[in-house]
Parts: sequence; C-alpha cells; structure tokens
Amino acid sequence: MSVPFLYALVGIGLFCLGFHGLIVYDHLLRKILAINIMGSGVFLVLVALAKRGGEAAPDPVPHAMVITGIVVAVSATALALGLMLKVQAATGHAVLPGKSRD
Amino acid sequence: MQAILSELPWGLFLILIPLIGGIACFLLPVVARRLGLLTASLVLSAAVGLGWQLSSRGVYHHAVGGWGAPLGIDLYADGLSLLMLVMTALVGFGVSLYATGYFKPGHLVRFWPLWLLLLGALNALFLSADLFNLYVTLELVGLSAVALTALQGGRDALTGAMRYLLATLLGSLAYLLGVALLYHGFGTVDLVLLSERVVPSPVVWAALGLMSAGLILKTALFPLHFWLPPAHASAPAPVSAVLSALVVKASFYILLRLWLAIFSDISGDVAGLFGLLGAGAVLWGSLQALRQTRVKLLVAYSTVAQIGYLFLVYPLAPGMGITAWSAMAYLLISHALAKAAMFMAAGNLMQFGGHDRIADLDRVVQRLPLTAGAFALAGVSIMGLPPSGGFNGKWLLLQAALAQGRWDLVGVIFLGGVLAAGYVFKVLGNTFTQAPRTHEPISVPARMQWAAVLLAAGAILIGFLSSPLMALLEVGDPFNINGKGP
Repeated sequence: MSVPFLYALVGIGLFCLGFHGLIVYDHLLRKILAINIMGSGVFLVLVALAKRGGEAAPDPVPHAMVITGIVVAVSATALALGLMLKVQAATGHAVLPGKSRD
Repeated sequence: MQAILSELPWGLFLILIPLIGGIACFLLPVVARRLGLLTASLVLSAAVGLGWQLSSRGVYHHAVGGWGAPLGIDLYADGLSLLMLVMTALVGFGVSLYATGYFKPGHLVRFWPLWLLLLGALNALFLSADLFNLYVTLELVGLSAVALTALQGGRDALTGAMRYLLATLLGSLAYLLGVALLYHGFGTVDLVLLSERVVPSPVVWAALGLMSAGLILKTALFPLHFWLPPAHASAPAPVSAVLSALVVKASFYILLRLWLAIFSDISGDVAGLFGLLGAGAVLWGSLQALRQTRVKLLVAYSTVAQIGYLFLVYPLAPGMGITAWSAMAYLLISHALAKAAMFMAAGNLMQFGGHDRIADLDRVVQRLPLTAGAFALAGVSIMGLPPSGGFNGKWLLLQAALAQGRWDLVGVIFLGGVLAAGYVFKVLGNTFTQAPRTHEPISVPARMQWAAVLLAAGAILIGFLSSPLMALLEVGDPFNINGKGP
C-alpha cells in the first residue's frame, strides 16, 4: 500500500467520523466541528490523490481546489457560528429543537 | 448594431450585473430599493439577450480571462442552461418587484445585497461547465440562501436556517468528495471531457453514490426533505419564493447535468430508484400539504411533492427521450413561476391578516381579490389543469408513462394531481368565507399583489408557448437526442 493511498484512506476515515459526529451529537458547536472534520477529510483525499507516480511533481490542480475549498469552509464556518449564537440568544440553547438536550 | 449585440458576452453580464448591483446596494443602502429593481431588470434583459444570441448563433462559450479549460474557467450555455437562466431572471424580477414593497427599512438594507449575490451565484451556476466550479457556485447559493432565511430573525427562522445550513453543507461535502474521486479517476473536471473518458468502475460508482446523495439532500427529495418545510415556511415571503422556485432547482440542475453527461450510460437501476423516491415524494409531500393548517407550510410541503415529479422523469427517459425531458423542462419552469407566486400570495395573506392560519382566513376574495386570484392561477398550474405550463408538463409525463406501460407511475401522477387539487382548494375555499374571528384588514401594497399575479399569469402563459420553448431547449442538444442517445 503506497503512502498517498494511506493518506486518502485516512481522509475517507475523517469524512465518516465527521458524518457520525454530525448525526449523533446535539450541540450545534459539535455539529459545526463535525462538518469541519468532514471537510478536512475531503481536502486530505484531494491532496493525497494529487501524487503522481515516480519522481514527478504532484498535480497542482487538486491543490488549487483545496485552497478554494478552504476559503469556502472558512466562510461557511463563520456563518454557522454566527447563526449558532443567534439561535442560542433566541432559544436559550445551542441545540436544534425537537432533540434531547445534554 | 445587431452585430454588436450578438457579439456581446451576455453570459458574463448575467454574472457581473447582479454582483455589481449587490455591492452597490451594500454601499448605498439609501437607494438600495431602486438599485435592486434596476439590477433585476438588467438581468432579465441580459437573459433575453443570451436567448437571442443562442437562437441565432448556437451554444454560448466564453473563456473567462482568455485562459480556457482546463486551466481557466469556461462559461457555457446551451438550451437547458438558457431555460434555467430565463426562469431565474423571470422569478428574480418578480421577487425584486415584490420585495420593494415587502421589507421594512431595517431589513431592506440586508436583503438586497444578499439577494443580488444569490442571483449572481445562481446565474454563475447555470453557466458553469465543470464540476469544481459547480461546487463553488453551489456553496455560494447555499450560504446566501441560508443568510436570507435567517434575515428577519425569530426563533423559527433561526432554527430553520441552522438546520438548512447543516443539511446544505453536508450535501456539498458529499458532492465534493465525489468530485475528488472523479478527478482522480479521469484527470479532469470538465463535463464534456468526463463524458468522453468515463468508464464503469468502482470509483465511478462511489462518486455517483456520493454526488447523488449530496445533491438529493440539497434538492430535498423525499425522504431527505426534512430541512425544507421549516426553512421555507419561516423565511420572509420573497425569500421563500426564491428558495422554493430557484434554489432547490440549482442542485437538481447539477444532478441532471451529471446524469446526462456521465451517469446515464452506466446505471440503469439508479433511474428506477430515483423514480421510486420521486413517487414517494409526490404522495408523501401532497398528503403532508393536505394536513397543514398554515398556508406557508402547506405551500412548502407542496414543493416537496412537486420536486417528486421531476424525479419521475429519470425512469421514463431511456425509452421516451424527448417527451420525458420536455416534460421535465415544463415542470421546472412552471413550478418555479407558480410556486413563487404562491409564496408571494401567502406573504400577502400574512400581511393582510397578521397570520397565515388557513381556517382563520377572513373574506380574502372580497378584500384582496388580486392575491386570491394569483393563488388560484398558480394553483391551476400546480394541480396540472389546462391551460397551464403545469398541465403541459404533466401531460407529457403521462404520455411517456403510458407509452411504456408504467401504470404505477400513471397512478402516482393522477393521485398527485387529485391531492394537489385538495390542498389548493383547502386554502381557496377558506378565502371566500368570513372567519369565526374577523379582523380589520391591513393594507397590502399594490405592487406586492401585482408581482404575484404577474408570475402566476406567467405559469399559465407558458402553457401556450410550447413550440418556441422546445426549439430553444434543443439548442446545443443538451439531452443527447440527436447524438449518442439510446
């Protein structure tokens, strides 16, 4: 098993782990962190699979995609955190209604 | 003059105009209302310009900055893109007209920049031809849509927006992972190149699963529709109109493009699954709509049902290509116009009575005849009664189902129509009578009523425009009718 392939598998693992966290946890901060972990997993897959055989330089296109993706992720996280604070101010809890509170 | 007009990069204008307009509205909040309406009219004329260009010169290509694929970003428009762009421009103009009367000054300054950015993002999405650019525009659409949902604050709107944000981010990430796998497998994100290179393999299957699941979640197809009713029902009326009419269609459009370019040749069973989920959506969404006691929730569940019809096309397309795809085109545009009109009418009812409880609607027909008329006209198209765009769509769909002996789908289409009649008349019936608790009417600006009438009339009128619509749809052969096709 080559090293880039291992990284890609770790990326898939992070994606699944984040998905699990998003579903299981009620607190919105945990959900937002879980989404970020999923995003990191996808970015890791992109970076790892950019490796080309032998001594050739890695493919730059996926790297450019990751940079764009990070910009999107930062904006999305900022919006999510702002919205979470608003939800907490309006309802007193940073959880979505209809769920048990922990 | 004509030569210059047909040379202009109309597609580029469709992206730049709303972006510039949005920034201008942000910088000059005092004139935001006038600037916003001006921008929406310019977008509409640019869409008409692009349509004219397409009909005279064929597909539209523009390499942004002169770079060209694979290094740069290419804009591309064929008949299908044009349909989506014209739909967006029409609904966008109607919503902008409506919004000039709807918002109070405090919310107004936040609405216009976000809405025009959303409009620009939608146009960019419909003009994109590569998977990664589609991802970026999809995120732009999602984030601005969430911000608009939360615009007026309040418990329901905020929690609805939060749920919507989490669902939309999850959907985008699943889509992006699919893009990563496809790029690894075939070395490109360009849709045309991919369609040439793609061969059935585990990588393609994984990508198909991830991308379809993500996009279905964002399109709110049953059973992944849980986020739609709370978000669409608690947003301000013009925002609900945009969300139901345009935003769910954006992810649907990407799924359709992926399907046409990559997945249609390699996956027969998935089409059946899409059809099954679509049938589930039609029945479940309609039944839920019938059970609602508030107008906006009823209209939101009706969106869940109408999205189902779009997915019924997939299992019918292999045997009945152009009939099925034309049905989809009709359903897309007529639902956009009718549903936007319905949400606007619901917003008018809310302003008029201070609530949107169906049982307490008080003599609306007598006191707010234009709004009641708009709701009724939009209802005609949603039910699929002739003459209307909705009728044409459902009729073509029925033809495709009958020709292939798919009696199960015929049954679903009929039952969906009957249930739609049920929920539309549930609202209309209560608009004629006096409510147990009467109230004094609060005046609704005329432009808000006319905007709803305009879009509802549009949904009826496109029922008469079948030949030009179909001619435009075939520019660039987006459905592979003449090319490889089955």
